[in-house]
Amino acid sequence: MTTLTGTALADVAHAQALATVPATGALKLSWLLLAFPLFGAVVLLVGGRRTDRWGHLLGCLMPVAAFVYGVIAYFTLLGDTNREQDQHVYTYILVGHFQANVNLLIDPLSICFVLLITGVGSLIIIYSVGYMAHDTDRRRFFGYMDLFLAAMLLLVLADNYLVLYVGWEGVGLASYLLIGFWQQRNSAAVAAKKAFVVNRIGDAGLTLAIFLMFSEFGTVSFTGVFRQAPSGGSGVATALGFLLLLGACGKSAQVPLQSWLLDAMEGPTPVSALIHAATMVTAGVYLLVRSNPILALSPDARIAIAVVGTVTLLFGGIIASAKDDIKKSLAGSTMSQIGYMTLGAGLGPEGYVFAIALLLSHGFYKAGLFLGSGSVIHGMDDEQDMRDYGGLARFLPVTYVTFGLAYLAIIGIPPFSGFYAKDPIIEGDFTEHGAGGWILGICALIGAGLTAFYMTRMMLMTWHGKRRWKAEAHPHESPPVMTWPMIVIAIGSVGAGGFLIINDRLEKFLAPVVGVPPVSHGFFTVAGGVALVLALAGVGLAWMMYGRVPVPETAPRGNPLVVAGRKDLYGDTFNESVLMRPGQWLTRLSVYFDNRGVDGLVNTLAALIGGTSGRWRRLQTGYVRSYALSMFFGAAVLVALLLAVRL
Amino acid sequence: MSPVDYVALSVILFVIGAVGVLVRRNAIVVFMCIELMLNACNLAFVAFSSMHGNLDGQVIAFFVMVVAAAEVVVGLAILMAIYRARRSASVDDANLLKW
Repeated sequence: MTTLTGTALADVAHAQALATVPATGALKLSWLLLAFPLFGAVVLLVGGRRTDRWGHLLGCLMPVAAFVYGVIAYFTLLGDTNREQDQHVYTYILVGHFQANVNLLIDPLSICFVLLITGVGSLIIIYSVGYMAHDTDRRRFFGYMDLFLAAMLLLVLADNYLVLYVGWEGVGLASYLLIGFWQQRNSAAVAAKKAFVVNRIGDAGLTLAIFLMFSEFGTVSFTGVFRQAPSGGSGVATALGFLLLLGACGKSAQVPLQSWLLDAMEGPTPVSALIHAATMVTAGVYLLVRSNPILALSPDARIAIAVVGTVTLLFGGIIASAKDDIKKSLAGSTMSQIGYMTLGAGLGPEGYVFAIALLLSHGFYKAGLFLGSGSVIHGMDDEQDMRDYGGLARFLPVTYVTFGLAYLAIIGIPPFSGFYAKDPIIEGDFTEHGAGGWILGICALIGAGLTAFYMTRMMLMTWHGKRRWKAEAHPHESPPVMTWPMIVIAIGSVGAGGFLIINDRLEKFLAPVVGVPPVSHGFFTVAGGVALVLALAGVGLAWMMYGRVPVPETAPRGNPLVVAGRKDLYGDTFNESVLMRPGQWLTRLSVYFDNRGVDGLVNTLAALIGGTSGRWRRLQTGYVRSYALSMFFGAAVLVALLLAVRL
Repeated sequence: MSPVDYVALSVILFVIGAVGVLVRRNAIVVFMCIELMLNACNLAFVAFSSMHGNLDGQVIAFFVMVVAAAEVVVGLAILMAIYRARRSASVDDANLLKW
């Protein structure tokens, strides 16, 4: 516990030191980052069919332009002594003392994300030119992708929680549109709706967190909230921590809001690579790491974050091991890897920098894996079942090599990315959070073994062994417009982890934002060694099950864990029985009450009036003489009354 | 003749007119009966004017005449239109405007 309070105090001191200065030089133009993709999206979506012929070129050009500006901004920031610069764009809301600005915060953390989003994003969008070549709606696809990039950049560049929330919802919208891109398929439309609804629950958490910040601190800007957070007491900090965690769970598909990510694979594969692997799903981790001064004040929230991350990394790993659909297996893997990042964020200053390092290198290797799977799906006529693959290595050599490099990176073989980024997080578990940390650490180690198992399983089922293709399959390598991005991303997945961790590059770079890890572990730690041994054991086990013996074309029944894993570990069943059914009962009850109670009252009254009027209506006979008679009668009555009153 | 007799005459004329409106079907006759009622009223007005010794009743009688003249103009035009369309001037035949 002593280390805990020590780091907490160090973090508070750091939070107070956090200050931004107005942007200078090239960073004054940081709005360009948003303007490029937004321009692309507007032209493509508003321009309609007129832009069909050249739309995809514009759609590629805009992210590349944003990337070029991002690189310039990065080097400008490197050359500057003050690395937290704030660029005012315009005033969003101004009410009394409350002011929300659209300000862009260029600091080491946001620039890392900018480079990842625009860099990997550009490569994936270029890849999509080939992948979506035969789709009649290709222009709309690129419009949505550009819209996503603009929203994601707004999310990471915002200097206050309100504008971050705008970006947060923007990426949710883009994700919804792209999951349901093939909306003529019912499953895609349902998956999009599911992703939107589940995300809404997480968004509610973030919304409440922003409300709480406003009511407690009177401001929603990062600097203001972080400066005042210590005065709010630990109760407020804990509440904020839990609410932010809820938001992160929704966006990053962490247990218990994980169920949407597997269905999100209904979207085109480049979407899975960009949104549901490399960038959007990591927004939750960004939110937690960005809010580190709040988490520093609340050990409880950090423990909750670490536990959620640990549960998810095992959860995702088991699902990934059981699925036969290559994309769903990768989706499980993404959940699991983001679980590691969340776990890292839950470790405090010990883990922030490694969570970000894992996030950045994961952005490369998971994008590489998804693009590789997309290339296979493209070559196999949209077949996604790994039991119908096998022996593809000879037919898609470039894809095989890039996929293989990303595979080595994810299972953490030195000197590939995963080894550098993941092991410090596992090591950190044993030193943070006391005895409970051992449980987290052991789970994280098991997760490392699981990762190696399911990835090796995927490699063996897809690339090696006997051909189990369907009769009409004729696999072929993808065109260069798809293979070149894969090659570049493969280079990134090999080198990113080492580049970021060796010489503590990322650690020094991010120090102004997230603080410095109190202990340095070095590369080869006991936990890292155990993780490597377990990874090799996982590889061996997978080879025993899928390499040594032929893979059956129809899935065997499997043990109970596999059966559960195929059903997403009953995530949907749980949601249906605990949330959906009672919800339906409630709505049915309300509908019954509405029909019989409220409507009954109103309808009775209306029927009464209507029926009476129907009878009275018969007085209108159309005979002038009967009207005249009634007039005389009325006049006679009036006269009689007058006389009666008089007398 | 005392003014009261004029009032009695006006009552008789009014009742004749009212009964005519109620029992006759021919629109022209109904019309004439309405005129009879109006003029019965005029007679009453003038009689009361004379009884009370001021001119108010006589002035109103002029107003009633003007209104009656205008009404005849419009009424006869409608009557002509109905007769042309339906080949009948019976008020019971023109009974389409009903529930």
